[in-house]
This record gives sequence, C-alpha cells and structure tokens, in this order.
Amino acid sequence: MDNTFHPLFYGFHFYLFGLIAIASAILFVTRKSPVAAALWLINVMFCLAVLYVMLDAQFIGAIQVLVYAGAIMVVFLFVVMLLNLGQPDDLADIRGTGPRLAAGAVGLAILAEVMVLARSRIQGEYAPAAAVELLVPAADAVGGVIAPVAGPLFREHLLAFELTSILLLAAIVGAVVIGKKQGPADAR
Amino acid sequence: MLAESLALSAVLFTIGVVGVLTRRNAIILFMCVELMLNAVNLSFVALSKLYGATGQVFVIFVMTVAAAEAAVGLAIIIAIFRHRQTVHLDDINLLKG
Repeated sequence: MDNTFHPLFYGFHFYLFGLIAIASAILFVTRKSPVAAALWLINVMFCLAVLYVMLDAQFIGAIQVLVYAGAIMVVFLFVVMLLNLGQPDDLADIRGTGPRLAAGAVGLAILAEVMVLARSRIQGEYAPAAAVELLVPAADAVGGVIAPVAGPLFREHLLAFELTSILLLAAIVGAVVIGKKQGPADAR
Repeated sequence: MLAESLALSAVLFTIGVVGVLTRRNAIILFMCVELMLNAVNLSFVALSKLYGATGQVFVIFVMTVAAAEAAVGLAIIIAIFRHRQTVHLDDINLLKG
C-alpha cells in the first residue's frame, strides 16, 4: 500500500466520527444520570480529538484527550460522585450479550483499521531501502507538529500566555477557598 | 472539510444551548457549557487550516480558561450543595442564603 492521501477513506471517517459526535451529544443532553451524561460527553470529546487530528492539528488533538477528556471531565465526575448524585440503579446495570458483542465488534474493527494504517505507513515511508536514511527525516522533524503552535504562542501571544497562567493560579486558590469546609472558627 | 466542520460545530453548539436551556442540574449545565466550548474549538481548528496556526493557539487558551472555569464553578456547586443539599437549579432561587 502506498502512503498517499485517500479522499474516500478520509471523508468516510470524517463523517463517521462527526455523526458519532452528534449522536453522543444528543445522548449526553438526554441522559437523566449525571454519570451517564459525563461519559457520553467524554465520547464527544474523543470524537472531536479524532477530527482535530484529521484537520492537521495533532497537538490540539492530544491535549484535547489529555486535558479535556482526561482532566476536566475527571473533575466533573469527581464532583458528581462526591455529591452522590448518580442513581445506583442506573450505575449497577451490567449490559447483556448483544451490547457486549457489538462492543467487541467495534473494538476489533478499530484495531484492524489501526493495524492496516500502521502497516501501510511502515511500508510506505520506512521501507527497508529507506531505513538507512531514517535518521535524517527524524532530525528534520524536530519541530514536528508542535512548532507551528508553539511559535505564535510564545512570541505574539506571550503576554496572553502569562496572563492565563495567573488566571489559573487565581482559579486554583479560589476553588480551594470556596470549596474549603468552614471550620468552627469562621462558621457563621 | 471546512464546511462540514463548521456545520458540525454549529450542531454541537446548538445541542449545548438546548442542554443549558432544558436541564436543571447545575453540574450537567456546566457540562453543556463545556460542550459549547468544544464546538467553538472545532471551528477554530477548522479555520486554522485556512488562516494559520493562530486558531490552534486560541484553542489552547480556551482549554485553559475552561479548566479554570470548571474548577471554580464546581467549587461553587460544592459550596451550594453543602449549604442547600441540592444542585437542582429550581431550588436555588435565593441570592441570600
């Protein structure tokens, strides 16, 4: 397989993950249980990460998974469980055979797709003939996908970047102060 | 794929607005706001293919502000819950506790 751009393949996956995102978003706003809603929202965020990668914003896709799906949604789920809002009968259901088989089929399909893509990438770019020159493209790709984002971030937008760090510090302090349990000394 | 991305962004934003307008659970309301921010991020990323990487820089700022907003907002929700034992917005109707 060559490593060229396949418009049909690209378009199919763009529409596929776009439709999954819309379906998950609709399920998210219609779920009664906050835990189920949060999990559907995480699904939306993963689909958006896929779309970011397909739109040539790989770094944004990575931090979408790390920061949004990883950190922010964990804070949401943590608060939901801290306040004990999830209904136990919703949480305790173990799905039947049909959904299990469907989940397995989807997992196998995605795994097969990843393996096909990995094989085509290896044979196209790093075929044995080209393996000797592998070090040169690797050295050229030092900037990678992060350099186009990091350049403007640390040059034109440096002031905004620093202000954002101050905002984060203020938010951390504010969250701790607001969320702190009031002791007997300052209870009113 | 620009037109499709912007359409998807609009659809997701609308679903977020519908969630904010129809749900009454404060935490789910916050999650709907996060969905709207995500939709805006998608249009930023899609347009950054046309207008350069500044759109992606802005997405990073949006994510940072969303994290700060989530932290402070959830702390406020915890404080309200400790005070009123509810996060249902119809029950929270007094500015003076």
